[in-house]
Amino acid sequence: MKKSSIFLLAGIAAAIVALIIFGFPASDFSTYDSIGSAKAKQGKYVHLIAKLDRSQPIEYDAIKNPNYVSFSVVDSLGGQTKVVYHNSKPAELEQSERVVLQGKMQGNVFECKSITLKCPSKYKDDKTQLEKSVTENTAAPANVQQNTTADSAVKKY
Amino acid sequence: MQFEGEHLLPGKIGHFFVLLAFAAAITSTIGYFIASRKTDIQEKKTWLRFARISFLTETVSIFIIFAVIFYICKNHLFEYMYAYKHASKELEAKYLLACIWEGQEGSFLLWTIWHSLLGVLIIWKEKEWEAPVMTVLNIAQFFLLLMLLGLYFGEIRIGSSPFTLTRNEINGPVFSRPDYLSYIKDGVGLNVLLRNYWMVIHPPVLFLGFASTIIPFGFAFGSLLTKRFGDWVKPALPWTLFSLCVLGVGIMMGGKWAYESLSFGGYWAWDPVENASLVPWMILVAGLHTMLIYKATERSLKASYVFVFLTLGFVLYSTFLTRTGVLGDTSVHAFTEKDEIMKLLLKLFMAAFTITPFVLLIRNNKKIHSLQTEEKINSREFWMFIGAIVFFLSALFIIAKTSVPVYNKIFNTNIAPAEDVEFSYNKIMVLVALIIGLLTAVTQYFKYKSTPQNYTLKKIALPTLITAGIAVLLAFFYPLTFYKHGPGFLGALYAALVAAVYAVVANATYIWTGLKGNIKSAGGSITHLGFALMLAGMIISSANKKIISDNSVTGINVPFGKDDKGNQAENPLENLTLLRDLPTRMLNYKLTYTGDSAGHEEGRQFYKIKMVSNDSAEQFELTPDIYLGKNELKSSNPSTKRYLTKDIYTYISSINPVRNQNDTTQFNIKEIGPGDTAYYNNGYLILNGVTKNINNNAAVLDGAVITADITVVSKDGKRFQSSPAIKLDSLNGLYIDDTLYAQNMFLRFSGVAENQKIKIGVKESSTFIDFITLKAYEFPYINLVWLGLVIMAVGLLVSMVKRSKISATLAAAILIALSVAMVYMFFVAGA
Repeated sequence: MKKSSIFLLAGIAAAIVALIIFGFPASDFSTYDSIGSAKAKQGKYVHLIAKLDRSQPIEYDAIKNPNYVSFSVVDSLGGQTKVVYHNSKPAELEQSERVVLQGKMQGNVFECKSITLKCPSKYKDDKTQLEKSVTENTAAPANVQQNTTADSAVKKY
Repeated sequence: MQFEGEHLLPGKIGHFFVLLAFAAAITSTIGYFIASRKTDIQEKKTWLRFARISFLTETVSIFIIFAVIFYICKNHLFEYMYAYKHASKELEAKYLLACIWEGQEGSFLLWTIWHSLLGVLIIWKEKEWEAPVMTVLNIAQFFLLLMLLGLYFGEIRIGSSPFTLTRNEINGPVFSRPDYLSYIKDGVGLNVLLRNYWMVIHPPVLFLGFASTIIPFGFAFGSLLTKRFGDWVKPALPWTLFSLCVLGVGIMMGGKWAYESLSFGGYWAWDPVENASLVPWMILVAGLHTMLIYKATERSLKASYVFVFLTLGFVLYSTFLTRTGVLGDTSVHAFTEKDEIMKLLLKLFMAAFTITPFVLLIRNNKKIHSLQTEEKINSREFWMFIGAIVFFLSALFIIAKTSVPVYNKIFNTNIAPAEDVEFSYNKIMVLVALIIGLLTAVTQYFKYKSTPQNYTLKKIALPTLITAGIAVLLAFFYPLTFYKHGPGFLGALYAALVAAVYAVVANATYIWTGLKGNIKSAGGSITHLGFALMLAGMIISSANKKIISDNSVTGINVPFGKDDKGNQAENPLENLTLLRDLPTRMLNYKLTYTGDSAGHEEGRQFYKIKMVSNDSAEQFELTPDIYLGKNELKSSNPSTKRYLTKDIYTYISSINPVRNQNDTTQFNIKEIGPGDTAYYNNGYLILNGVTKNINNNAAVLDGAVITADITVVSKDGKRFQSSPAIKLDSLNGLYIDDTLYAQNMFLRFSGVAENQKIKIGVKESSTFIDFITLKAYEFPYINLVWLGLVIMAVGLLVSMVKRSKISATLAAAILIALSVAMVYMFFVAGA
């Protein structure tokens, strides 16, 4: 083997090792957690996949403070927490089907740094969603049909 | 059941041509493959003829398929799923193409269209390599058309046809009626987030970039098939340059789109979808450089094979990542596809184009030419190769990070992205930028094989001195101010910026000192100059980005900045609320929200923000907008004031939710005469007089109009003019109320009382009537990014036309036309 190839290979190997060490430190990754497990990891940066708790109010008053939103989320394991987000209220929060929250648990409050919303309307390729919307948008004829059957039922008697 | 009003013919025609194109792709592949193996000229000719006719049939069929989809969407034939899902009646005609690109079938079709056109060019221009390159291209067409097939084999459907019927695809009570179609009034339509000029143009360019990577791949693969191992590099070079130019422009168009309309607050966020398109480009850059090394010195042939093969491999991997929903929660660009068969087809496509070439490469390893001598450290190829390796490794770094969701799927882990995703990339990429900047500056000053002593030092002294001067000036007069990640990172940023400046200066100098101003052979230097300029622009515009709406600087709202536990937020408080007509001071501007106006698209509302700089020298109006689509989907579109040296950028982050709702508060009637004063909660008002038939509102010109001239004085001494009016016709009166937004007050001319007095109704709203919340940023020198990109693309084109067999006039025409188009796209359109 050529001398330069050996140097080159050694150099590339060193670069890869350095990349792995500096490019992928554990601190550069976090975890997906449930509300319960996030509560157990106080102060640790995590990702929560949850749903907006519609029984609780969303607090946002842009006049008082445009950088403060608070709301509650629940997850499929039955966890529930209050969320505080120091930013404006995401426009489609109320319509969201699922939210991915990034931040830390501080006591009983989830200090959120970033929110990703999963809105049903964005998922056009989702068949159930399309079925729902076609049913809603064409609700009138379905009702009409029911009425006509009802009418004919009335006529019979 | 017989359904009424359906147009089934276009679908039948479309599906027939899908099948025909698919069959033709198979016969063309076979024809070209056999032709590539035949040595007998006559036999080869016969097979080539057969293959060409098949390919022509395939190309014509593909264009007919496209025409049918276009027809279906244009005529709103909602009996077809594709039209129902992507088209709608309110959609403006200019978005018709965009709604075709939006769907998966449409984007695969777009890909096959580009393959067809590139194939025609290959047949026309590359006689010698036609058979092997077209074999590969047709195999790719086979896979893409397979995904459009929509044929059932028992219960399994292979591919998804764009011509399926809505009633067969989704269930709903309405489909049990024969006249169901008359109830589907409109389609779902194009997502409002995508209703943008860039959605029309960005996908075709990006897909041309993706599609064209198959040509260098085809040459390299073809050379393994035909055992002409080194011969492919020279003819493949112009195609590689073309691919890099188009893909590079396509990627940055995505960046410009994100910057202009998606309100992410920037043009690059290391989003997985962005990364997935950047990685093949970076690997092809590495490939281009090793190919150039091979052409000049006969070294690096194996590396060229690897890079060119991996480029297409990563194009397909990126398609897999973005089209199968693997990225799921990590990307804002969420495309989902639950079709398992589709996933399988994509995996097969990917496997065919990664495993096969590498198997062939390893098999022929011994026969592939490689020089056994040492390369010298003072040779150009040595440093070019180092640069290629750095590019390649950083591409691997990016894709390894991007693939985390894939590991999660395979190993069932739950690793999530970093807290600060951008920094987790930038801390590595800033070093890459530093190394690449230095190499780009220095390498051209070495000669291939060996450089005479002192040549490099003598030639590079001038650009080095100039750069040192600029570096000192920058440090004193325009320092970088990105303190968030400490002095180490700031130092690295500064070093990378200086390296980028060095590359700009050194390449500009080289055009004169090295090439004596010969622009025709300066393609490389122009490209490097543009690339380095883009790099410098990226570093400056991100590091010195200013948040104009930062509350902690303006001092407003800070008392509320604490949450109920008393913690100060870690995030900068970037949102600012503007009350209508109330000027608010921010970093270096005074902002006033002066009102709104409807756009010509339904559901689109523009908000007018008057911006006045602190010294009153600058005055302009910004009009960010909110586009409200179906299903309450909102899209907030930024508005940007462009200067040569900076952009002022705003977007609405929230609007008053109770806006336009009816206020239940009653008018409090006060009877006053001219000159009289009446009090309200927050001050008093004076009736100056009453005039008849003077009203500047054109809509109320007919009939008698009486207007009251009122001065309102608030407790804090501010004076406002108000002129409520009443329009009287034969039957009744019509109130034309006046709103004083800054006082949350409505005034009404309620009627005439006795003793020359009139009735003035005063309604004070307890909540603020109209306000918006926005974010505003300043991006300094962002034009360097776009300018650098355009220069880079022009440089690549200069190199391309120089290396291809086209006449000088045609070359000049292509260059000028494309340069004008790019300048228009990046600097004029969308402004």
